[in-house]
Amino acid sequence: MPAKNSDTRYTKDHEWVRLDGDIVTVGITDHAQQQLGELVFVELPELEREVVAGEACAVVESVKAASDVYSPLTGRVAEINETIVEDPEIVNNDAEGEGWFFKLELDDPATFEELMDQEAYDEYLETL
Amino acid sequence: MPETILTTPLDTWHREHGARMVPFAGYSMPVQYDFAGAMAERCKGGVMAEHLYCREKAALFDVSHMGQAMLHGAGAAGLLEHLVCGDISGLRPGRQRYTLLTTESGGILDDLMVANLGEEGLFLVVNASRKAVDFAHIGTVTPVTVLTDRALLALQGPAAAGIMARLAPAAAALPFMGVARCDIAGVPGLVSRSGYTGEDGFEMSVPGEMAVTLANRLLEQPDLIPAGLGARDSLRLEAGLCLYGNDIGETTSPIEAGLTWAISKRRKMSWDFLGGPAIRAHLDNGPPRRRVGIRPDGRAPAREHTVILTPDGQELIGEITSGGFGPTLNGPMAMGYVRNDFSDDGSKLSLMVRGKPLPATVVPLPFVPHRYVR
Repeated sequence: MPAKNSDTRYTKDHEWVRLDGDIVTVGITDHAQQQLGELVFVELPELEREVVAGEACAVVESVKAASDVYSPLTGRVAEINETIVEDPEIVNNDAEGEGWFFKLELDDPATFEELMDQEAYDEYLETL
Repeated sequence: MPETILTTPLDTWHREHGARMVPFAGYSMPVQYDFAGAMAERCKGGVMAEHLYCREKAALFDVSHMGQAMLHGAGAAGLLEHLVCGDISGLRPGRQRYTLLTTESGGILDDLMVANLGEEGLFLVVNASRKAVDFAHIGTVTPVTVLTDRALLALQGPAAAGIMARLAPAAAALPFMGVARCDIAGVPGLVSRSGYTGEDGFEMSVPGEMAVTLANRLLEQPDLIPAGLGARDSLRLEAGLCLYGNDIGETTSPIEAGLTWAISKRRKMSWDFLGGPAIRAHLDNGPPRRRVGIRPDGRAPAREHTVILTPDGQELIGEITSGGFGPTLNGPMAMGYVRNDFSDDGSKLSLMVRGKPLPATVVPLPFVPHRYVR
């Protein structure tokens, strides 16, 4: 598992969010990929799409089920990771690194601070 | 009203082997495993890995949630024939047959296996979710002895015959759909050469208290892992086999379900079973819709309840009843009902997946060829 750091935040829907200027990179957590099992299909949002925090904007499918991936914050889709569409297994192998989903240009970068830090997310996982 | 969840005799055993347990048909059942220790050297676990292992080597499924019963008495076969479309009177001792309990209106009350155990009577295996309905229904024509203290294990895959040859040579000699009483590694069992994966394999009914012993003895053999309901479902769908409640039910006739072959020849002469006249009319007039295999274009699976439209998206012509991703097929696959004029192989369809049209084609079943011994 890649090292987590203080610039990474988490959601209760098991997305991770990494801040770099006004841009955040978004993916699903290692816990999420473990729960889902081997992914066979990923659908990403279209570039330039305006997404609202909590909005379903990507889909992951395993052999047995489809699951939504939610936008953790409000903003515009600035970049998407096409390599995971071609090879969804990258998400299983490196969920919090090479297996990122999309990048968002945030409407309000301050909203990043409202998400759970690693300690809070780890505590949240304990309650599940 | 709080309902207690039932467990199979292998409940603790599953958890010890890293199972993720889920409720299914009132039972707590393993959907998949996260293997550790020696078993992890064979397979890491997970639906895809368990599925592929079963096709390559062999997998052991706990299907003890299914209903098992005996019908005693010389007249049982003839009496059961009032309710099923198969030839039961003509079923020879030591043979098993897939058949259907039908409804008066020509629907399917359940699909089941009936085995002729000779002097002992008939042995039935029915779906877990239909136990109460089936046994009450059959009880109206002949007494049913429900076997509540037995486990049912399915050993499936190309390595199954070799494993069985070492633990139960008599069982390994069974032909496809043959059935016999024999000891498996010293455990008294009732074994049939059948399954629900499209692979060669065996189903073993054993006393519940012996299930853990048998499972452990089996797993001492190489090339075998336990597998969960997740892999069981993707395996049966690749094999084009129906799941009761999804692909068949009280509102589907055997004809439109593509199960006309399950109506035995003799029964087609007289149609003297419940719903026979209605099913005969369906056969004579042609059903308005048919169950077909469907391959969506691309990689996105189309799941059950997905709406099926004409390729131009203008007309509703059907619905998917089972859909997912085939690990061996390495692509999405589905079964569903489509209007008769779209049921020929090669017919083009449009599936509505997350509000967008997904092109698809009607294909022959199974998706992955059966490998039964003949």
